[in-house]
Amino acid sequence: MAERKGMEVSIAIAEAASACDVDCIAAYPITPQTHVVEHLSEIVADGDLDAEFIPVESEHAAMSCCCGCASAGARTFTATASQGLALMHEILFIAANLRLPMVMVVANRSLSGPISIWNDHSDVMTERDVGWVQVFAENGQEAVDMVIMGHRISEDKRILLPLMVNFDGFILSHMVEPIEMPTREEVKKFLPDFEPQQRLDIDDPITMGPVGMPVVYTEAKMAAEWAVRNSYEPMVEIMGEFEKEFGRKYKPVETYRTDDAEILLIMMGGIAETAMTWVDKVRDEGVKVGLVRFRMWRPLPVDDFKKAIAGAKVLGVLDRHFSPGGPGGPMAQEIKYMLYGQDHAPKIVETVVGLGGRDVNFSDFDQIFDRCKEVLGGAPIPPFELIQVRGGHYGKA
Amino acid sequence: MPKQSPSPDWQDMALGTAITEPGSAKYQRTGDWRSSGPVWDLDKCIKCGVCAVFCPEGCITMRADGYPEADMEYCKGCAICVCECWAVCISMVEEKE
Amino acid sequence: MLELRFHGRGGQGAVTSAELIALAAIAQGKFAQAFPSFGPERRGAPVMAFARIDDKQIRNRTAVSNPDAVVVLDPHILHIANSSDGLSKDGLQVVNTMRSADEIREEYNLKGRLITVDANHIAEQEIGRVITNTTMLGALIRATGVIERELLVDELKVRFGRLAEGNINAFNRAYEECCVEKG
Repeated sequence: MAERKGMEVSIAIAEAASACDVDCIAAYPITPQTHVVEHLSEIVADGDLDAEFIPVESEHAAMSCCCGCASAGARTFTATASQGLALMHEILFIAANLRLPMVMVVANRSLSGPISIWNDHSDVMTERDVGWVQVFAENGQEAVDMVIMGHRISEDKRILLPLMVNFDGFILSHMVEPIEMPTREEVKKFLPDFEPQQRLDIDDPITMGPVGMPVVYTEAKMAAEWAVRNSYEPMVEIMGEFEKEFGRKYKPVETYRTDDAEILLIMMGGIAETAMTWVDKVRDEGVKVGLVRFRMWRPLPVDDFKKAIAGAKVLGVLDRHFSPGGPGGPMAQEIKYMLYGQDHAPKIVETVVGLGGRDVNFSDFDQIFDRCKEVLGGAPIPPFELIQVRGGHYGKA
Repeated sequence: MPKQSPSPDWQDMALGTAITEPGSAKYQRTGDWRSSGPVWDLDKCIKCGVCAVFCPEGCITMRADGYPEADMEYCKGCAICVCECWAVCISMVEEKE
Repeated sequence: MLELRFHGRGGQGAVTSAELIALAAIAQGKFAQAFPSFGPERRGAPVMAFARIDDKQIRNRTAVSNPDAVVVLDPHILHIANSSDGLSKDGLQVVNTMRSADEIREEYNLKGRLITVDANHIAEQEIGRVITNTTMLGALIRATGVIERELLVDELKVRFGRLAEGNINAFNRAYEECCVEKG
């Protein structure tokens, strides 16, 4: 039976990877992900997990090794954050386009500069185009569950893609909280042995990663697009099976108290939990407001999102990253893409919060909610705004 | 002919753009690239085989009598064998029209 | 919900204190969080750690800014850190000091009900080192009653193994010897 235990979330993630009986781990330590791989190396060194732990010299090497491991048919796991993810950048595309199953957890952290080790989503949001399946966890239990589900999804013959589990650095990675840790036997029931569709095998040789001349590159990209987009259906199916096995329900787009709400706040990651507490408070005061969060980010769950926000008049979007000199936050951009041209589309109030570890608390939600109320009352839609910035995004008031 | 089409529709592409047919490089007739090719002076050749080892196409084999021979279907005329030959017995000769 | 803040120096075990009390609460069937003040660890520098304990699921993931109880692991921290900052109305402070509550309240303008214990002395005698984190937990448990004393002793056994005995003795002595101001 799964045991409910207080654990640091990073340790729990390492235990989850171990429960998945991974074969290869190639990783480089980086704050705030360090405890994950540190603990995994201990588990392997103690002989509690029969796996190859490859201590590499950089994240570029880590991801390259992971590609090698997965090509050989090994169940592969790694973890990184921030600059580490950025250093993996070019290899991420390769892992996806070679259709190599693996799971990587990313303890989301800001990118330098200035040098910052604290949490936001700039690392993952700059990797939206790499062709990986990308999911977000909001608490430790979800991160553990996503690692277990992640291997199953990644290795599914209908999917065969690398998968990135995002969880907030420090806010989650360094948090001790109760976790229900499934046993290895329980995980094995849900996650059968990895049977690769194809692998490097001297008795049945193939070539992986050949040059893609202009005559095939477009088709290769189309195949990648199809693969990621069509991972949706089997992913939902696997989430359903996970619920049957472990009793915890996951959806591509999660909602919280959205009934009859005219204003919805949209976000992803750990701040959504704080926001739920805030929603409870203002709902008690009689204010109709709800939350919508992306669990699945790639493939982008367009229909689920539209269904989740149906009926809302104003969406307050809380991004944790933005493109300087560009169109604002990435989540807001993608929401606009999903709603463009739609009749009676809700108005969108775009905000950026919680950059580089800035705490996001009730007063921030209050402020964003006030903006939304003004827009609901007919005020013009304000331009995107870093609402926590001293001096004001558009100058001093 | 290759088993895999060189210009498939995206639906027909191999998983991960892999090449699934071993040895399919044989369909690349690299001999067509050649403007000059190696000629051995067998009087000077010491049958060491270093030319065969270094040939990037792997198109040089050692004959039954111990001397090397290039498969001109695939020799692309790179002249690496000429550079590597210890006995200096290979020279590049312009292709005839 | 009970929100706690621990003040100490890097290396004194403030984070361990927060963790131990959260683990004991979870073992008791409650919900709890424990987390450090996020950042690079530096031995000797003033650090904080936080914990939350509740009977229902805790979703708030902000820093603890209005603690119900504050634990000051090192008397010298009072010179440089404002331990009273944001303390809730009925809040209390558990302070490692050999002086009286009135004396330190006066000197540092401390808010809230004060619980004092000479943890340096106890730790020195029982553990042999002036590491006061487990000692201070004794006084905190006495003052708040939030966790069953035995569950915390269990956590000390798990965490410290062969070093547990000294820590448990120190914990128990602080529980008995601390001076609790009447509320």
